[in-house]
Amino acid sequence: MAKTYRVEIAGVSKSFRAVQALKDVSFNVRPGEIHALVGENGAGKSTLMNILSGVLRKDSGTIRMDGLPVEIPGPRAGRRLGIGIIHQELALVPALTVAENIFISRLSRRFGLVDWRDLNHRAGELLARTGFPEIDPRATVANLGVAYRQIVEIAKGLSENVRVLILDEPTSVLAPQEVENLFAALRILREQGVGLVYISHRLDEIFRIADRITVLKDGAVVRTVCPAEITPGDLIGLMIGRTLTAMFPHRDSRAGAEVLRVEALNRGGKVRDVSFAVRAGEIVGLAGLVGSGRTEILRAIFGADPKDGGTISVGGRRLRIHSPRDAVLNGIALVPESRKDHGVILNMSIRKNITLPSIGRLAGALGIIRQRKERSVAQTLAGKLGIKARSIEAEVADLSGGNQQKVVLAKWLGTDCRVLLLDEPTRGVDVGAKAELYRLISDLAGGGLAIVMVSSEMMELIGLCDRVAVVNRGGIAGVLEGAAITEENIMRLAVQKGTGGIG
Amino acid sequence: MEQQQRGTKGTADVDRPAARRLHRESLVVLVLEYNTVLIFLAMLVLAASLSDVFFSRNNIFNLLRQVAGLAGMGLGMLLVILTAGIDLSVGSVAALASVMVAWLLGVLGLGPALVLTVAIGSLCGAVSGYLVAARNMAPFVATLAMMTIARGFAFIVSKGSPIIIADPRLNNFGSAYWLGVPAPVFVMVVIFGLVAFLLRYTVFGRIVTAIGSNEAAVRLAGVRTGWYKFAVYCISGAFCAIAGIISTSRTGVGSPIVGTGAELDAIAAVVIGGASLGGGKGTAFQTLLGVLILGIIGNIMNLMNIPGYPQQVVKGLIIICAVLLQGWRRNPEG
Repeated sequence: MAKTYRVEIAGVSKSFRAVQALKDVSFNVRPGEIHALVGENGAGKSTLMNILSGVLRKDSGTIRMDGLPVEIPGPRAGRRLGIGIIHQELALVPALTVAENIFISRLSRRFGLVDWRDLNHRAGELLARTGFPEIDPRATVANLGVAYRQIVEIAKGLSENVRVLILDEPTSVLAPQEVENLFAALRILREQGVGLVYISHRLDEIFRIADRITVLKDGAVVRTVCPAEITPGDLIGLMIGRTLTAMFPHRDSRAGAEVLRVEALNRGGKVRDVSFAVRAGEIVGLAGLVGSGRTEILRAIFGADPKDGGTISVGGRRLRIHSPRDAVLNGIALVPESRKDHGVILNMSIRKNITLPSIGRLAGALGIIRQRKERSVAQTLAGKLGIKARSIEAEVADLSGGNQQKVVLAKWLGTDCRVLLLDEPTRGVDVGAKAELYRLISDLAGGGLAIVMVSSEMMELIGLCDRVAVVNRGGIAGVLEGAAITEENIMRLAVQKGTGGIG
Repeated sequence: MEQQQRGTKGTADVDRPAARRLHRESLVVLVLEYNTVLIFLAMLVLAASLSDVFFSRNNIFNLLRQVAGLAGMGLGMLLVILTAGIDLSVGSVAALASVMVAWLLGVLGLGPALVLTVAIGSLCGAVSGYLVAARNMAPFVATLAMMTIARGFAFIVSKGSPIIIADPRLNNFGSAYWLGVPAPVFVMVVIFGLVAFLLRYTVFGRIVTAIGSNEAAVRLAGVRTGWYKFAVYCISGAFCAIAGIISTSRTGVGSPIVGTGAELDAIAAVVIGGASLGGGKGTAFQTLLGVLILGIIGNIMNLMNIPGYPQQVVKGLIIICAVLLQGWRRNPEG
């Protein structure tokens, strides 16, 4: 076979002290191919990509690019060889313009003066190559949405003449429509002969975009397959090393009395006339594009943002909610979208995180915390949710994403909440942990909580929700129930124009 | 399931070598964690070797008496810094309290004068706290304004010159001994105990620390974060007033220039004590050590008859060393 690969990794191993992160891994990408890399967190995907981009050095093995053996001692060398990487956390400077960001590493090489016209012009050409000529090179990055920022990252990669572009969870922050746009850009790159490595937890997307799929588990390659040769269920089986009968637990819909009722909720054009009700034991999904107002609806219910109008009732009682405190006192809990910024306190222990909303009740006179009681409450909740950690005194920063999310859930279970608002509860969490969270959420509903769940993952909405309300530009465009909850129906409602309730 | 059990039930079945390794690591961590203690001990050794009289009872009490006021301001500052704030007004509020107590003493008598002065101190803090907590003003800016306002009032009240106090009871306080320790030192210990207790055992301390780590998360947990932020500035103001009163009692005059630059000493003490200006990290004990370290530097150089200017240089170098050690701790492998 004289076929040359854009990049060919052969027999690469890497150890961190006693831990072998990669064992004799071989992996290759052809020119004009999208090669997906999947596996649980800790399977070695990031290590492999860090070696390829020069962040880490391999212990043994070889890397060839276009047939020639290369050494990649550092990130600069990686870039010079044409290896680009787009991280989960985007690496753009928000205060600079699109063009400045694209050419940031080469601005200063012009006798101290920057030729803005030329810069903007070249940036415009690159954006056009990605299929997004509508992005203005002079726009400030801070004003762009996440999806456009990603395109800017890709354009930045193109400006450096990438031969191999690595995308690490590129769609985790994108809505369905934006995912389509990203895919369009990726297909254009593929036609131009770039080799793409696509890392994602979202299997539905992988099956749509990938030409080949490589499964990593415990630092070794399990198999490389074509999407046509395997079913999503079998792929999950390869990733977690056992057959998965169902990602989603079976749920008996035995909804009880109405718990939460939201009526004519409005908030500054972002939320328009939103009304819905949730019964005990029910999971109601909020679907829609990113920016459609789903998060804003939850935050308005929770009192995190001021609302302009509308009523919220729990258990038939109309509530005055002006702050998260009002919501919590009335039995409403929120698991926020951004776990690290809003959900957990990273440098505090699991115990202190879990008892944060209920600490007042664990204290006696003068606000003195009853330490033994606090420990036992935290221990019980951590055990109930199966939080895996050295002890409840471990810092939350040391936990995996899935376990951090369990800490957020645990802290609300310590209160008397009746309504649980979940905003993207499984974002950035690996497959095994996702299944666990689904089971937990389902159990919580089974225990009589009324649950509202915002999600951008179709599978999750379809697999878990009793009903799905589709949000479109701040209003509810339609409510789907039972068998009508399909990807097509959700998308149709999410993107349709002139939805009712939007004046 | 079995794994979950083990995970949550602690470290009972950790294998031996790993446990030993953990132990050794925790020793290193401990030393780094308490580098303030090391600096403090080093200062003590240095001081003792440089001067024979350092460890004399008289000198130690003198040193403690000198730092009592700074300790009050430093511990108040610690609470503010834990919420990721800062209080630049501490020295000025102390000055206002110093002249206020001297002035009110002649008008109202000792008891009311003391109470009212502390109230005025916490009122100054309340104004800063309101601006920060309710009006979302940057703590640096709000307390900068309060710094000049309080100093201004101190000059207005005193008409620019020191007020000599008439009541011997207040004068005696500065030189009195309670339970065998100088009265100002007694007050310092009480304030320290109070702050240490608040931080270690109460909901207040827990929330204050949590706010400094991640205010948004605390708010979304249903906590009235604004109230706590307001409270720490009030407490800081009250402690500064006490510091001002101590100063007046020791010198016998209410002076509007008391505490000039004290805000920087207070911040320095907190930082030497290992607290992070980003909030969420710091203990009362280490802040107290930070205060004592600054006190020892001044004391030993006085004993050696070194003028004030080099003292400032040394103080600065100690701050740099302390913070460098902390940076090293934060990133022990790099």
